[in-house]
Amino acid sequence: MTKPNVREKKVFNFEDVPEHTSFEAGYLVSINSGWRSIRPVVNAEKCIGCMQCYLYCPDGVISIQENKAVIDYDFCKGCGICSKICKPGAIGMERER
Amino acid sequence: MSVSAKTLDKNEYFYGHKACAGCGGSLAVRNVLKVLGEHTVAVLPAGCMSAVGFNFPQLCFANNAIISTFAGTASMMTGIEAGFRRRGIKDFTVVGFAGDGGTADIGIQALSGAIDRNDNIIYICYDNEAYMNTGIQKSGLTPFGAKTTTTPAGQNIHGNIRPKKNMFEIVAAHDIPYAATATIGYMNDFLHKVEKAAHIQGTKYIHVIAPCPTGWGIPVSDTIDAAREIVDCGLWYLAEYENHKFKISRDPKTFTSVEEYLRKQARFKHLTDEDIKTITDSRDKKWEFIRKNWN
Repeated sequence: MTKPNVREKKVFNFEDVPEHTSFEAGYLVSINSGWRSIRPVVNAEKCIGCMQCYLYCPDGVISIQENKAVIDYDFCKGCGICSKICKPGAIGMERER
Repeated sequence: MSVSAKTLDKNEYFYGHKACAGCGGSLAVRNVLKVLGEHTVAVLPAGCMSAVGFNFPQLCFANNAIISTFAGTASMMTGIEAGFRRRGIKDFTVVGFAGDGGTADIGIQALSGAIDRNDNIIYICYDNEAYMNTGIQKSGLTPFGAKTTTTPAGQNIHGNIRPKKNMFEIVAAHDIPYAATATIGYMNDFLHKVEKAAHIQGTKYIHVIAPCPTGWGIPVSDTIDAAREIVDCGLWYLAEYENHKFKISRDPKTFTSVEEYLRKQARFKHLTDEDIKTITDSRDKKWEFIRKNWN
């Protein structure tokens, strides 16, 4: 699986900003984990790998590895859609500490 | 044709974007790109998806993507398609993601022109029923009764006084090769339609309902539920237009309560029982028309 990944944050001078509408695709410099007040937690025992959370996650942070849902907490915004969509109730929402 | 969660491309092409939590539009963009694959050029006019996807140097599309003028989504797609064709490149798809305002109000002439030329493009209208990016102003696709900043709810006028523009039938009236309506709540149906569109030559148009928790006034976790309920209660319909014919994809035998759907959303909170009856009656009239003339 490939996806846009986080690069080292460069300092862009005014001269470095592209004049044309062209720049490298999939270039990330910041993460979204600070947006969250609650976080989804997968209960691996209950997870049946049905992929519904993966299909409905607006941020695409859920992947299925070895038939279990795995969450990329760097980019999860904690919306809770995965928890609601999960029929076996394997994803719970916990308060961020 | 069998696109499903299991067969979907595992790579992510729209990742790390700055859309609000629970954004319906970003889910539509993400999954459409997964169906169409990496040789896709996405064209995005001014709107939420360009605002959250391109924050230099944070660029969230893994495939080629470009911001167009607000009015020129379809014309830019025409140009990209012609450019690839001229260079002899064959393995590509040109897709556009415009919001409801960018489609039904500002971009309608460019879209109409592209359909007239029958350019080989896929146009996706993600409909969140107002100009959400600039702070919730009424668009041509805002439904009757919805409160926006330009159609406030007062004692005399209860939000938007005009019904939703019938964009799907306007597009179909061009005799387009393929047009469809969908909702992100029924993702398999939506993705099937995208896959079908990808295999058809000519202009394709898909109108997908993508709730905006911020603008609709619903909890962020309820996006999918709202996108399902709007179809279940009959205020939106899933249909296709192909070979000069309309076809319903989902014909609910009984509708769920319109009132229940409306009362969950802050933008409809002010509606009186009479307003809700107006909405229910217009729904019944619409479905009477659909059942009589389509199929």
